[in-house]
Amino acid sequence: MLVHSRAARWAVRILFLLLFLPLFVLPLLVIVAASLSSSWSGVLPSGPTGAHYTAAVRGDALTALTTSLITAVTASLLALAAGTWAALAASGAGRRTRRLLDALFMLPVAVPSVVVGLAVLVAFSKPPLLLNGTPSIVIVAHTVLVTAFAYQSVAAALARLDPAYEQAAAGLGARPAYVLWRVRLPLLLPSLTAAAGLCFALSMGELSATMMLYPPDWLPLPVRIFSATDRGSLFTGSAVAVVLMGTTLLVLLAVSRLRTRATFR
Amino acid sequence: MTAAMSETAPATAGTRPAGIHLDRVSVAYGKHTVLDGLDLTVAPGELMALLGPSGSGKTTALRAVAGFVRPVSGRVYLGGRDVTALPPHRRGIGMVVQSYALFPHMRVAENVAFGLRARKTPRRDIAERVAEALEMTGMAAYARRYPRELSGGQQQRVAIARALAIRPSVLLLDEPLSALDARLRSGMLAELARLHRELADVSILYVTHDQIEALTLADRIAVMDNARLQDCGTPQELYRRPRTEFTASFVGNANLLPVTLAETGPDGTVGADLGGTRLRAHGAGAPAARGAAATLCVRPHLVGLGPGPNALRGTVAEVQWRGATHRLLVDVAGTRLTADVRELRTPPALGAQVELHFAAEDAVLLPVTSAPEAVPGGGGRG
Repeated sequence: MLVHSRAARWAVRILFLLLFLPLFVLPLLVIVAASLSSSWSGVLPSGPTGAHYTAAVRGDALTALTTSLITAVTASLLALAAGTWAALAASGAGRRTRRLLDALFMLPVAVPSVVVGLAVLVAFSKPPLLLNGTPSIVIVAHTVLVTAFAYQSVAAALARLDPAYEQAAAGLGARPAYVLWRVRLPLLLPSLTAAAGLCFALSMGELSATMMLYPPDWLPLPVRIFSATDRGSLFTGSAVAVVLMGTTLLVLLAVSRLRTRATFR
Repeated sequence: MTAAMSETAPATAGTRPAGIHLDRVSVAYGKHTVLDGLDLTVAPGELMALLGPSGSGKTTALRAVAGFVRPVSGRVYLGGRDVTALPPHRRGIGMVVQSYALFPHMRVAENVAFGLRARKTPRRDIAERVAEALEMTGMAAYARRYPRELSGGQQQRVAIARALAIRPSVLLLDEPLSALDARLRSGMLAELARLHRELADVSILYVTHDQIEALTLADRIAVMDNARLQDCGTPQELYRRPRTEFTASFVGNANLLPVTLAETGPDGTVGADLGGTRLRAHGAGAPAARGAAATLCVRPHLVGLGPGPNALRGTVAEVQWRGATHRLLVDVAGTRLTADVRELRTPPALGAQVELHFAAEDAVLLPVTSAPEAVPGGGGRG
């Protein structure tokens, strides 16, 4: 409500749309258009077809979608567990330890993900921990990459949590584990689901680290999109991209519904 | 012999009423002492108010009893048992905090049942005791509600019910009424007084900065300032015969007049000179030395207008009408005196000369407090 006159308000709205539409919406619309056409030589695409979608939801593409889903769900659950655990530990530790943990969990975000991918590949290519060539190396890399976000959002929520709740619970005779399970985690639930959604979305779209280490039988969707466009099959790639986008949005929507049900205040 | 045995036998919760005993408890954060050698005993069935301004250490004392802060020295006993090293969940106390801290994701009944479930109370007992606690606080009709659907006063009652459900022998109340508006507060005061009567075996420690709450509810009041216990006694004792200037001014209003001590009269009253005027005050507890400086304390409502014993002449500096009373601020011998008198038909004009008086029985002589606490926090005892 900084702008009061009606004309000025409209001017601001139009300016916003002019900046927002070309940057955020138009590229996505272009993919959708491309995925539905067989050629694009003029201003607009031509030869409408649904063939790309038929290809995008069966065979290899479908395998890639399930691969991506399994990877993202596993990685984000692992990241959520590790991040929450670390954030809980940090909140109970001294200030110095907390700083150290904060820095440690920033690392995978600060380092380029290609480097993280390479590091994981090198680290797990020799016994005793030989993961190279198995699906688990992709999951490990994704977990390393997204745990930082889980840690950060849970740590932020913990800092906002009123200590009066856990003290009231302890005063009523609840052991620390009972307090954690019945009071702290339920109160953190909205942040936990938000963190899970974020991790899932990041993992679904991860390409650069995955490229470094995916085994031939574990091909996530982004890699498939990349190789399709690399081969020149732009329209097929677009259709797969739209499927990726839709699936991710659907899962996020489901998570956010869960989240509103878990919000108390 | 049985008495001797029960002295040494470990207290089992619920079978024997417990008291609170603090033995020279000190709490410090780094070099900053927030509680300095507090000695305090609350008998079973007694309500002790910890009264003091913010930062006086009263909440720290309560947190030391609850186990949320660890004393640097001294011991905490509950029911004769040394609990200094025990974590909060093993102390068996009920606690109500200022913000209530009701669990927002649980219904009222679940909130009240929380302590019982945490202690693995048998299922059939839980329902019964939840109902009993809700009945006691008048919240039985709200068992299915969530805390966010309740008003402040109702949340307060649920918080008390939750603390009572575990049948604690010690109940800690941390400024429980400060979040309520004035009307609700007076209603809850009466409610708390009733609960205190019903809970005949429960020791209650009630932290407040509000002297009215303390005077209304407490069996005894412990006055705290500057991390230390300043005074402790029944409300009547503290109000009528305060022992320090701080108590006199914090528990009720007080006129504090700088006087010089004179001779003790035949009737046991002590003479005191204010400027050139000889006043007589109650003798008990007066500093002994003749010619020494002292503070004479008299409550504003005990000061009368007109001639009488202990008469003082002064100039009216301000007149405030307060409905049932008039408050007169009168300059007497360089000090400003407050007198609350019954509403006057013709109040004196500003600048008028008036005469004030008070009974020697109503005046108390106190030692002069040397300017703000000579050595703050200098008691590293034990």
